[in-house]
Amino acid sequence: MKFGVIVFPASNCDLDSYYAIKDMMGEKVEYIWHEEEKIEEYDCIIIPGGFSYGDYLRCGAVAQFSKVMDAVKAHAEKGKLVIGICNGFQILTEAGLLPGALVRNRDLKFICGTAPLRVENSDTAFTNKLQPGEVIEIPVAHGEGNYVAQDEVLQKLKDNGQILLTYQENKNGSKEDIAGIINEQGNVLGMMPHPERACDPILGNTDGRKIFESMISYLKGGR
Amino acid sequence: MNLYEELGLKKEEYERILELLGREPNELELNMYGVMWSEHCSYKHSRALFKHFPTTGKRVLQGPGENAGIIDIGDNMAVAMKIESHNHPSAVEPYQGAATGVGGIIRDIFAMGARPVALLNSLRFGELDNSERVQYLLDGVVEGISGYGNCMGIPTVGGETFFNKSYEGNPLVNAMCVGVIEHDKIHRASAKGVGNPVMYIGASTGRDGVGGASFASVELTEASEEKRSAVQVGDPFMEKLLLEASLELLATDAVVGIQDLGAAGLTSAVCETATRGEGGMDVDISEVPRRESGMHPVEVMISESQERMLLIVRKGQEETVNRIVGKWGLHSKVIGKVTDDGRLRVREGGEILADMPAESLDSSGAPKYYKDYHEPKHMKKSRCEDLSKIPEPKDLNKTFMELLRAPNIASKEWIYNQYDHMVRTSTVVKPGSDAAVIRIRGTEKGIALTTDCNSRFCYLNPREGSKIAVAEAARNLVAAGATPAAITDGLNFGSPEKPERFYEFRESVLGLSEACRELDTPVISGNVSFYNETDKAAIYPTPIVGMVGVLEDVRKHMTLDFKEENNVILLMGETRDEIGGSEYLSRIHGKETGEVPFLNMAMEIRTQRAVLQGIERDLFQSVHDLSEGGLVVALAESAIAGSMGAKLDIQSDLGPDRVLFSESQSRFLVSLKESKLSLLEQALISEKIPHSILGKTGGENLQIKINEEEVINHSIKDLETNWRGAIQEIMEK
Repeated sequence: MKFGVIVFPASNCDLDSYYAIKDMMGEKVEYIWHEEEKIEEYDCIIIPGGFSYGDYLRCGAVAQFSKVMDAVKAHAEKGKLVIGICNGFQILTEAGLLPGALVRNRDLKFICGTAPLRVENSDTAFTNKLQPGEVIEIPVAHGEGNYVAQDEVLQKLKDNGQILLTYQENKNGSKEDIAGIINEQGNVLGMMPHPERACDPILGNTDGRKIFESMISYLKGGR
Repeated sequence: MNLYEELGLKKEEYERILELLGREPNELELNMYGVMWSEHCSYKHSRALFKHFPTTGKRVLQGPGENAGIIDIGDNMAVAMKIESHNHPSAVEPYQGAATGVGGIIRDIFAMGARPVALLNSLRFGELDNSERVQYLLDGVVEGISGYGNCMGIPTVGGETFFNKSYEGNPLVNAMCVGVIEHDKIHRASAKGVGNPVMYIGASTGRDGVGGASFASVELTEASEEKRSAVQVGDPFMEKLLLEASLELLATDAVVGIQDLGAAGLTSAVCETATRGEGGMDVDISEVPRRESGMHPVEVMISESQERMLLIVRKGQEETVNRIVGKWGLHSKVIGKVTDDGRLRVREGGEILADMPAESLDSSGAPKYYKDYHEPKHMKKSRCEDLSKIPEPKDLNKTFMELLRAPNIASKEWIYNQYDHMVRTSTVVKPGSDAAVIRIRGTEKGIALTTDCNSRFCYLNPREGSKIAVAEAARNLVAAGATPAAITDGLNFGSPEKPERFYEFRESVLGLSEACRELDTPVISGNVSFYNETDKAAIYPTPIVGMVGVLEDVRKHMTLDFKEENNVILLMGETRDEIGGSEYLSRIHGKETGEVPFLNMAMEIRTQRAVLQGIERDLFQSVHDLSEGGLVVALAESAIAGSMGAKLDIQSDLGPDRVLFSESQSRFLVSLKESKLSLLEQALISEKIPHSILGKTGGENLQIKINEEEVINHSIKDLETNWRGAIQEIMEK
């Protein structure tokens, strides 16, 4: 099993994702430069947080056109796992791999802290080690994490169980308190909170491990 | 006005230039002297005093004089750090002023070859409560720091913010950056190797920030608003690329020397690297990448456009530089070469535009002054003030609440929650504690970081106030379980040409030096910012101490929150009748006067040692240092952080307001299991450290009795709402 962490110019949580997988989960992981076109060897792609290409224009708007994103789309079409965290979530919506968009936080301020998240659907590749209704504490750090989508899209997300995680206290203004969603096929997750920041016991919070444990379990066919 | 006067040079300085050149300088040369001999670049009014600072020690690998100072933390690892001010730019353009202040200090760290791992800051504004202007400045500065630091992926882990009317027209924004580096990877800013190419990498040069160094070296006036063009514009994305490209380059052997382009831009970078190296440099400005056409050579040479670096490259390795820099999508260009004739030559193609002795521009060649000084009148008056007549508040319970919501004491989370303080997943102790703790990945070690300065104390007594700033910073680190190791100082003062202001500066340097020597925390880098005044008044003397400490085992870090019920609460140190300069006296009684608290350095050192030993022996559940607001504020903070009340029964001969609010030095509030109490008491008795058992943790309220009479009783919930919400309420109303 091998994870790949994509590095765009000005990705900045690439290192955190890398160490979470390598040191905390004990799995193989490599960085993937944004100009890479071949990513077949990876079982799961992590699109990390940061400010890819400075997030000029719109967050994630430039990153979607990078070479590696074509490969990520092909990877996703094969049903392999993709997780976009924070800026990675923004890139996934810009690239059309997930519906909706992320706009500036309701109060127009960057928010950094720890958010209690409720698990809405535990029957997925990303949440199978969690219980429905369980609350996990996951760090957040974003200026544009306010999830928006048209009503019919939101309805569809609800009907299909695509809403995975919701905020217990909605500080950024997201519709339906959405913190993380999956695509219809269930193999692409986008979430604003940072599970990779909650894996190492020295940081006082290991709730994020359950997301990665779920993915590893799924990849091992143990779900 | 003569051109030299417009450039901020004095008549005798101009005459010195005539002497140095043996002729009249041309416009470009005069401009280059103007920026290099500005206070900001030359330290001409402060340099004479630097000899007092202790700058060496067993851990010091690099003292002052480079882009940043470096200390050894063992295991072949080292820590680079520096603080720098960006006050005047932030006064006229808070967002960009603060953002580029952060950008500049980050470059100083990676110019040493170090990976920046943490940012801190120290901010000063006018009174927040009723001033829209102050609120606008705070909002802009915080957003600027947040915008730049967050994008860079460097956590902003700590800092301090203080509000006082003396900063009304001249806020202070000091940014500190800390980096980690292996010993053998340290790079320096010198141009070695005659004939080696000089390369320019990063953003193009534009007209922004022209004359920024000179702008920083005069007092702020109403006309300062028109100097917005002297404020640079930051692009953190460009800086992130420059950071990654620079560190990748420094891992090769292509680079001999590296220097960031900061104050005075290209002029300062070429002359500083030349004088630290072979002595001379020849640059052709027609090769400098430009953002706009029609730029005058003066603009090219003194522009402070951000996100640029100068490299001295091993001859023949130019292509390595081009390849790595190109990978990150940036410019790289050979703009000159290293010479050894001691001359700094600026050409445009074949034409020589400037030709001067390189050393004469550098701070070693700049003028040096030692101005007259005398004590400001208010100091003597304050010392003699009789504070025994200060009336005791009728309702201490209410007074306490009022103090807890004072912006200087209230939680600063409205500020630090706008900073990403967790990126890099190494922030072990987050903002809101006595000190931030960062783990050093790949080792068992950690470092603790803090910035500190009680500028009200420094106003009343700059020497003692400065000593207290160092002691308090050390106390913050000790409370986190770290051994203090070194400081970087951000010295913010009024005009050195006024005897009262220079007195404050001189006293402060002497105080810092004395305390650093006694606490064994050498000064390894720093910055001086003078002329922080408006036509109305000067700022309070503000020597900010940025301190780093080392934890051999980061798992042994300590925090301030009460951990469990029925722990013993004990005060280490002695509370005296010392409300002079206190937040209580200022906020509740509207007075900034009195003698500052007495600092017994021998006692301070003993107490800090006892705390560190106690942490090492696992005696404590929590440790918190006492500062603004005194004992009761420390109690409230530990209680709120632990969501746990406490019941205290204090016996004292002092008035209850003194017991609660006195800001006596060298005190720690600790909680511990009953079973550890006798071990702790034995240690404290043998070290002759005064201490008293105050009570126990538990319950939902903070209840304090003094001499059997209840004076404080609030639910932790009420305290928390009040303390957490105060600044947010002001900013969002």
